[in-house]
Amino acid sequence: MAVYKKTYRPYDGGLTSSWTRFLVIPRYAFEDLHRSRFLTIFFIASFIYPLICALIIYVQHNISALNLVGMPGANRLISINVTFFMSVLGWQSMLALFLASFIGPGQVSPDLANNALSLYLARPFSRLEYVLGKLSVLVILMSLMTWVPGLLLFGLQGYLEGWSWVVDNASLALGLFVGAWIWIVVLALLALALSAWVKWKPVAGALMFGVFFVAAGFGAAVNGVQRTKWGHLLNISSLIGNIWLRLFEGDAHTTNGAVFFRVAQGEELPPWCCWLSLAVLCLVCLYMLARKIRGVEVVR
Amino acid sequence: MDPVIELDGLEVRFGQRVILNRLKAALTGRSIGLLGPNGAGKSTLINTLLGFHKPAAGTARIFGRDIRTHAREVRSLVGYMPENDAFIADMSGVRFVRLMAELAGLPREHALERAHEAFFYVGLGEVRYRALGTYSLGMKQAAKLAQAIAHGPKLLFLDEPTNGLDPPARVRMIQLIQEIRDRGDLHLILSSHLLRDVEECCDEVLILKDGKVAALCNLEEERRANRNFLEIETRGGPNGCFLEAMEKLGCETAPGAQGRVKLILPDGLEVRRLYQVAAEQNVQIRRLSHKRDSLEDIFLKAMETANGRL
Repeated sequence: MAVYKKTYRPYDGGLTSSWTRFLVIPRYAFEDLHRSRFLTIFFIASFIYPLICALIIYVQHNISALNLVGMPGANRLISINVTFFMSVLGWQSMLALFLASFIGPGQVSPDLANNALSLYLARPFSRLEYVLGKLSVLVILMSLMTWVPGLLLFGLQGYLEGWSWVVDNASLALGLFVGAWIWIVVLALLALALSAWVKWKPVAGALMFGVFFVAAGFGAAVNGVQRTKWGHLLNISSLIGNIWLRLFEGDAHTTNGAVFFRVAQGEELPPWCCWLSLAVLCLVCLYMLARKIRGVEVVR
Repeated sequence: MDPVIELDGLEVRFGQRVILNRLKAALTGRSIGLLGPNGAGKSTLINTLLGFHKPAAGTARIFGRDIRTHAREVRSLVGYMPENDAFIADMSGVRFVRLMAELAGLPREHALERAHEAFFYVGLGEVRYRALGTYSLGMKQAAKLAQAIAHGPKLLFLDEPTNGLDPPARVRMIQLIQEIRDRGDLHLILSSHLLRDVEECCDEVLILKDGKVAALCNLEEERRANRNFLEIETRGGPNGCFLEAMEKLGCETAPGAQGRVKLILPDGLEVRRLYQVAAEQNVQIRRLSHKRDSLEDIFLKAMETANGRL
């Protein structure tokens, strides 16, 4: 019917699947994010490091290219090992933190500030789907920045090195994938929880950094004063670093973790402690979301 | 007729406070008014029907579907226009309505088409690409109506739709609601404390007071039931004899000031007989009007406590 026919008519067409309906939210969010020149440039720029890494892997396997630039034997200077992949994950994960701080606060707070939640939830659309939809905005973008390029680099190295290298280094792929997901889930939940509780976007963004860096500083102070290592429980990047170390290398680790996620020698925390701390953090975030994501706010 | 909404001992509590107290009613009208003073529980009832509050006891059914067990199905049948501002400020009007229609399950191309239609329908066609945050109050109300109808609901909840509107905007909003009602494609629930809005749009009224059902009446039936209710103005002879004579004929009478009398005629008694009795008693009837209970009378009656105080 043409729009000029100003009348009300019921809808009798088909409906979309209720399972995929939450994906409407990221689609709209990506359209909005694409309008921001800064975010678009930042997102594209985040692929520079993986591109350089891909180039390094290519050059390492292409002696004729090194001969061409007059550096024969330079391939021996570069080793594609656990440190290489942990660096990729560390760099990309730090960029993901920046991305989450930029776009995370704008996810829930505008809906809460303008009472739009009642409109979302008055539809066949649950609170869980709403949170999933908002989480998927962050999860998709951060995945594209972390484990997707990480696994592509692993695939490239495996392709050039041979199947036996892939089998021998399967733990690297697992570390990249699982390690990145842990980081993504923690970041995304934290960003949404802060967005739900702090309606002012710049403050919510600053709080994201605060949770990571101020808490880490506080943890270091606790360690210094109490001569203990348990202050690291307040340091999210140290907790993540501990877990990554185990994922990549197991108990017999040869490095002290990824860049930005280093674990000081002798100050490693038991893995169960790290897992438990992160689980508690995620549960707190989920509780904060459950308290705020409601059709109406009840004043008791 | 199958009820649109059936309240079955519905109780809602906020902590220890009882907000809706075991509501029991079957609403069958095409257009149902929800009346009550502030704090009576109107918005809480709507929010509970939408699944925002969990009933402490009892339940409610919308088109036979239990709101406790079929909440998602219920929400797929309804459109909701909330009382307060509800929008995403930096989104254009048509994009916002399209988003809401897509969340209701419409495929994206249908959602876009219907968002445009809804915007033209509510009279915002020219401003549909403007950010919602820049809309005036009246435009925001119309945009809320657009998002409530875009997905073609079977039941429309309108919570104070004329709130804050100037007289022309109010008239336009009431016209829109009447048009939607008269098309007969959907049922609507209009919550308001403005009796006039409800009287103009609704054929059935549920009046709430302190979280309880104070009255449930079909306005049309109420109007028909009061056909024998007359108000007359008399001059001449003493009213007492005239009233006595009318009571002998089975009328209920209530004398008022300056010769005014309210009468309820028994079935079968013609108005002509009234003039005959008046002539016999040397009383002139200067004015006669068929009085009916207005919604205000019904509302005030419902608000009266047992001791007759409001």
